[in-house]
Amino acid sequence: MKALFDFMDKKIGPLFEEGGKFERLYPLWEAGDTFNRTPGDVTPSAPHVRDSIDQKRLMIFVIYALIPCILFGIWNAGNQFNIANNVEDASLMTDILRGATMVLPIIFVSYLVGGLWEVLFAVIRRHEINEGFLVTGMLFPLILPPTLPLWQVAVGVSFGIVIGKEIFGGVGYNILNPALTARAFLFFAYPAQISGDKVWVGTAKTAFDNSPIFGTVAENVDGVTMATPLAVAAAVEKGGDVVQALADNAGQGYTLLNMTLGNIPGCIGSTSVVAIVLGMIFLLITGIASWRVMFSGIIGCVAMGALFNVLPLDNPFAALPFVYHLVMGGFLFGIVFMATDPVSASATNTGKFIYGFLIGALTVLIRVANPAYPEGAMLAILFMNVMAPLIDHFVVQGHIKKRTAYARALNNA
Amino acid sequence: MEYLNLAIKAIFVENILLAFFLGMCSFLACSKKVDTAIGLGFAVIFVLTITLPANWAIHHFLLREGALVWVNPKFATLDLSFLNFICFIATIASMVQLVEMILDKFFPALYHALGIFLPLITVNCAILGGSLFMVERNYGALESTVYGFSSGIGWLLAIAAMAAIRKKLRYSHLPDGLKGLGITMIMTGLMAMAFMCFSGINLDKKTTAQDPGPQVAAEALTDTGN
Repeated sequence: MKALFDFMDKKIGPLFEEGGKFERLYPLWEAGDTFNRTPGDVTPSAPHVRDSIDQKRLMIFVIYALIPCILFGIWNAGNQFNIANNVEDASLMTDILRGATMVLPIIFVSYLVGGLWEVLFAVIRRHEINEGFLVTGMLFPLILPPTLPLWQVAVGVSFGIVIGKEIFGGVGYNILNPALTARAFLFFAYPAQISGDKVWVGTAKTAFDNSPIFGTVAENVDGVTMATPLAVAAAVEKGGDVVQALADNAGQGYTLLNMTLGNIPGCIGSTSVVAIVLGMIFLLITGIASWRVMFSGIIGCVAMGALFNVLPLDNPFAALPFVYHLVMGGFLFGIVFMATDPVSASATNTGKFIYGFLIGALTVLIRVANPAYPEGAMLAILFMNVMAPLIDHFVVQGHIKKRTAYARALNNA
Repeated sequence: MEYLNLAIKAIFVENILLAFFLGMCSFLACSKKVDTAIGLGFAVIFVLTITLPANWAIHHFLLREGALVWVNPKFATLDLSFLNFICFIATIASMVQLVEMILDKFFPALYHALGIFLPLITVNCAILGGSLFMVERNYGALESTVYGFSSGIGWLLAIAAMAAIRKKLRYSHLPDGLKGLGITMIMTGLMAMAFMCFSGINLDKKTTAQDPGPQVAAEALTDTGN
């Protein structure tokens, strides 16, 4: 091993350093080197940090936190497919295999295309290849429906990485969350494939679908209709009961239990509350994500949901118990993994409370009041990303005012 | 309740800046500092709230078809609405002058805080746009006041958010070609995308049929040669 490292350092490394043959490709070398080995660079002067946490560990910990969501998402995509297509001999194995063929290509394309842009910008703009794109490239597939065409994944991730992040200077400078920017772009550009009221489970059509590995698809399956819970809830007519409509949904009833477990159609990573909470606990224990944002976000969601329950509105969706808002759709995934993005969230502690609360409240508001979008979490987080710098500004100004008044009072005393 | 709906619609759903892209010039020019941006935003609220009812009165009692019946019943078919543009812009200019004088006399502190932005508002297309939307949508006197006030608030919200973002952007590592206005334009587009979370909210179900919606209204505005 030592011989290999020596060879890399002495023979290969200089080629990429200044004056070397591949000087322009230095970011690639640097990334490969530091991904695999701890960098030998030491901060030469004070201040020193107490913990050895750096950006790489921060980012890789988010990926660890996402593992439950990824694994569950793969199984669930296959499971939903097999239920919708009446696969008779479906087992855990066929579910996972089927899910893997649906989900893994999306993750692969997201990483491949996103990585290409990242490397291109790093080489041309001479900044380091940042691990931030590992997180973006993983978060983005998890908030997509498993049936999304791969070219749309490529277009979306290109928009998110280039317009959402790289033109601002790369990781750490973006205003909006790149994964959400990518999804919002797809949402408005190709609404047919991504808006929540469509079939999200996939239909068997090729001979390949009917094989011993994937199970036997029953004959004459056409028009598979599997609406997501939010679409079902938004479609309830005036005077109806949303809880009842959810439970009576054709094909598969949505109860509080299976929405919590997550074996329902939806975006790949965001259906299961259990998997998200596992990731959330990991993020909170390691201190990677801000508890302030998550806490106030959940409070905001509950408060707005409860307010709608109390208000005498003529909208059956408003009467839905607020617990449902927590487990339905992408809210929990958004507040745990998207809203806590340290770059696009508010930077001040007070600001984080306001930011999180408004995300929760806006999510419920958009869901209930806006019939155009059954899912509000994505747009609520984007909107608050836009507003976060303003919140910070007022928090900082308020703080300055308070301290000035305090100092004046001290002087006068 | 009806007026509250109108206000929410003008602030969030059909934000005059981010849905119609009116008032872009001062939005881009004066969003470098949060304090100036907020000052300008308040000036816009102020002027919109005053000029919209004034223009409504002019349109309603003088210019629209049959408006001059109160002078002579023979004028029932007289339609002077081709004078809308020139009258509206004259009203706006004179109102701004008037406001400037009143502020200078009675609120010198506010006058100095607003400075050059007050006269600049005359040429802010959001103000004229507000008046033209009022004609387009047949707002009444009180409605146009509420609409003017809340469009102003929407404009303030957008420019304040933009100013805070530009403050953050000052520390970014931007490509040379995008520094300044380039990145601001792109950011405006992204902000408009974020504001789209509200588009589609329909608060007043009754007026849905007559409301041309943002797209049609914007086209109508460009058709009239603005």
